[in-house]
This record gives sequence, C-alpha cells and structure tokens, in this order.
Amino acid sequence: MKEEADSVRQANTAGTEAVIQIRDLKKSFGAQHVLKNVSLDLIKGENLIVLGKSGSGKSVLIKCIVQLMTADSGSINVLGQEVDKLKSKELAELRKKVGFLFQSGALYDSMTVKENLEFPLKRIKKDLSEKEVREKIMEALQNVGLESALNKMPSQLSGGMRKRIALARTIILDPAIMLYDEPTTGLDPITSQEISALINDIRNKYHTSSLVITHDMPCARAVADRVLILKEGEVYAEGTLEEVQKINDPWIQSFFKD
Amino acid sequence: MKEFKPIMKARDIAAEGSVLLSEKTMAGAEGAKTFFSRAGNMTVFTLQTFKQTFSLPFEFREFLKQCFELGNRSLPLVAITGAIMGLVLTIQSRPILSDFGAEGMLPQMVAVSLIREIGPVITALICAGKIGSGIGAELGSMKVTEQIEAMEVSATNPMKYLVVTRVMAATLMLPVLILFADAMGLLGSWVGVNIKTDLNIVLYFSRAFSAVEFIDFLPAFIKSFFFGAVIGLVGCYKGYTAGRGTESVGIAANSAVVLSSLLIIIVDLIVVQITDILI
Repeated sequence: MKEEADSVRQANTAGTEAVIQIRDLKKSFGAQHVLKNVSLDLIKGENLIVLGKSGSGKSVLIKCIVQLMTADSGSINVLGQEVDKLKSKELAELRKKVGFLFQSGALYDSMTVKENLEFPLKRIKKDLSEKEVREKIMEALQNVGLESALNKMPSQLSGGMRKRIALARTIILDPAIMLYDEPTTGLDPITSQEISALINDIRNKYHTSSLVITHDMPCARAVADRVLILKEGEVYAEGTLEEVQKINDPWIQSFFKD
Repeated sequence: MKEFKPIMKARDIAAEGSVLLSEKTMAGAEGAKTFFSRAGNMTVFTLQTFKQTFSLPFEFREFLKQCFELGNRSLPLVAITGAIMGLVLTIQSRPILSDFGAEGMLPQMVAVSLIREIGPVITALICAGKIGSGIGAELGSMKVTEQIEAMEVSATNPMKYLVVTRVMAATLMLPVLILFADAMGLLGSWVGVNIKTDLNIVLYFSRAFSAVEFIDFLPAFIKSFFFGAVIGLVGCYKGYTAGRGTESVGIAANSAVVLSSLLIIIVDLIVVQITDILI
C-alpha cells in the first residue's frame, strides 16, 4: 500500500510546485514509533487533507513542519527551505509565512480578542501604523464574521467562536501556508460546516496552500483537493477524494461510511 | 519548543557498573537518575533564561505588567503577614526579655530579628506560595492549552516573553515586598509593645533602628534578590515543562511552591554561612 501511495503521489504532484515537501520523516517517543517514513507534498494553492485515526501521528506531523517538534530523521522542505537546518532567526522568519490553527484554538487567555489579534501583528509587521493595525484587525474579524467580539475575553466565547478568532489571528498575517490541526473537533455539525466553509474562503481569498489534519469526514469532503491517509505512522493511501474513496480496502472504507 | 531531555538513562548508569546490580540498587539508580536529570534540566533552563535576559529585544511592557501583577497584587498579603509577624514576635519575646529585665530592648530585638532573618525568609515563603504557584499554574495552563506553542509559531520567543519577564519581575519585586513586610512588621511590633506599655511611635522606631546597622541590612537585602530569582525561575520552569492534561497544571503549581520553598531555605543557609565568614 505504501509503494502504491508513493507512486500516486509522484503522479499527482508531477510538474507542480510543492510548498511543503516531506521525505522519509521519522519520529519516535521512546519505544513508540509515531511516524515511520512519511513522505508528502503540499502543492501550491491546494487543500491537502491528512486523515487518520487518533494517535496515528497527524498532529506530530504538522508540529514537525513548524519545528515545534524535531523529527528523528528525514527532511522537511517548506517554501524551499530545509527547516531542520535553519538557524533560530531564519526559522522565525519562515514561521511568519506559515499559519497554524491549533486544535484548542490556543487563544491567549489573559488578552482580549483585539489584543490576541494585535499580538502577532505588531510583532511581525512592525511598520504598520495604529490605524492600519486596527483596520487589519477589523478585516480579519469580518472575514470570520465576528466583529462584535472585538473586546471580549476568550472565556466569554463559545468553542466555535474561539476557533474562528484563532483563525482570524492566523490569517491576519497573510500566510502562504495554513496548517489546520483538527479544525472542527469538538464543534457541532453546523459550526463545523461554517469552519469548513471558512477554510475554503481563506484559500480563495488569500491564495493559501492548506494542510488540514482531521478525522471529521464532512470537513474532509467539504475542503479536500487531495487526501492522504495515515495508518500507524505511515502513508497508507493518497489521491483525490474520489480516488481514495474507490480503493477497495475495508480500513479505508471505514472512514467513508456514514 | 525546546524539549528537555533526560541527561542520562538509568539503564546506562546501571550498565556502566561491572557488578550485577540488585533490584534495590536499580531502584536507587532510577532515583538518582531522576534527581540528576531534573537538576540538569533546571540548570539548562536557568542558563537559557540568563542568556535570553541579555539578548535584545527586551519585553519591557510585559515586564512592567508582571511587576504590577507580582508586586502590587502581593502587597495586601505581605502587609498582613508582616504586621502579624511583628506583633507575634513582640508578644512572644516580652516575657523572656522581662525575666532578664530587658523589656526596654524589645524594639531593638524585634528590629534585628525581622530585618536580618524573619522578614526576608517568611515573606519569601509567603511569596513562594502566592507568586510561585501563580506563575506555575499560569504557564502550566498555557502549555496545556498550546498557548506557548502558538506564541512560538507567531515568531515570538516564549522564553523571552513569558519566562525572562516573570523572573526579572520576581527578582526585582521581592526585595521591595520584603522591605514593605519589614516596615509592617515593625509597625505590628509597635502595636504589640503598646498593648502593655505606652510607647510613642517615633521613640519606638528610634530605639528599633538604634540597633540596626548597615551590615545587618545588606546581606538580608542581597539575599532577597536571590529569593525572588528562585521563586521566578522555579515557577517558570515547573509551568513551562508541565505535562499534558489539566492534572499537570495542579502538579506544576504545587511542585513550584514545594521546590521554591525548599530552595529559599537552602539559599538562606548559604547566605548566612557566607555572611558569617565574611563579617
């Protein structure tokens, strides 16, 4: 199955520009091998869904991409740079181009929504005037439909609102790549649909390339250009949603059963 | 985020020995490994904090905010504790001094005791409870809810923003809090003296400070900076290295208090010994 997935990847990505290239990535925690020889390409402008059961190494994979975790071996190339060879300043520069939506939203509890959005903006885009900062904040909040939450504390927001504010905090920096760690986990179906729609809107508006980690099939169906399935730390299958759905494998089919 | 890896595996320690180790010895090796790896990790954390303190940019706004949070918000607790310390010390000491006919020396005795030892140590232990647990719980919950990682991917150095500012604020605020506690302690002592006699406040302070020399004050003042640094560093280390899950937040807060209290006593012992040799 792995060889099949590799050949499908090569066929799907031939002649296209990959913004993320991962080759033979391995990561272990003690005796537990979480990622074993994972390879993938994220093509410019696409939404790539990484499907897999809980504990299959999906979150570890995207944390390795932004070096929140360091891989044991293998290579990760992001926007033409080998991330494990970057110095801390170069890594900080690269991270400015990569947005990361955390599973929990990870809003700063001690700050209002406005301060949460200001925090990365004022640090990364230091040349912006106060007026421009305010305009960018309002634009980001408008994009997620939450202008009214400007002065609220994260504790006053619902789970879906927190995710949307976290999304606004990420897109405010105009990232080239978006990494979504289970964006719809813990949300009701309607809010999940709204978040999925937002992921598509962000891709269309900001021309971002997105890697979405999920096991929520409605979300995968709504946003996927391509799908990659991880099983026990290895790439088990890869292709478009239609291609993967057609694979005659009971384990893969279990994802698509309603 | 930097992962704090154990320095050496217990099995490696066991393997280095040429004799066959019993289970009891193995358990001892595990314990030694845990102790030394934790001490090593904390030393690395301290060195990283020290290095980040002297690299630009300095998070001045966050530092001021932390000074307010750690300093100003601890004032009521420190004031009450200080006043009660002085009052109790006076009430407890009066009968003994009376027996020796030295009741008139009460202000001097209380002042020397408070300024040299009781004020700094008790205030530091109180602050270890309030400030240390607060920092441990705050950073621990930030770790659990991925806020520290979010900061890191926003190209902000969390060591600099969260750790350096808190350690610096605790280091600079603790001497101020201790001075305040000493003052409140003397005030409490004056109240204690006035329970049985009538002594003017100016006369009380005049007597109290007649016994205090600069050399009494200096070591106490210097060690208060170390107490602050210990509280800040231990709180930050425990919070920053908290595990996953909400349980870790409680563990981080609790262990921050326990370890910083223990280290305060050890630092006090070292400073007293050094002072004793030098003076």
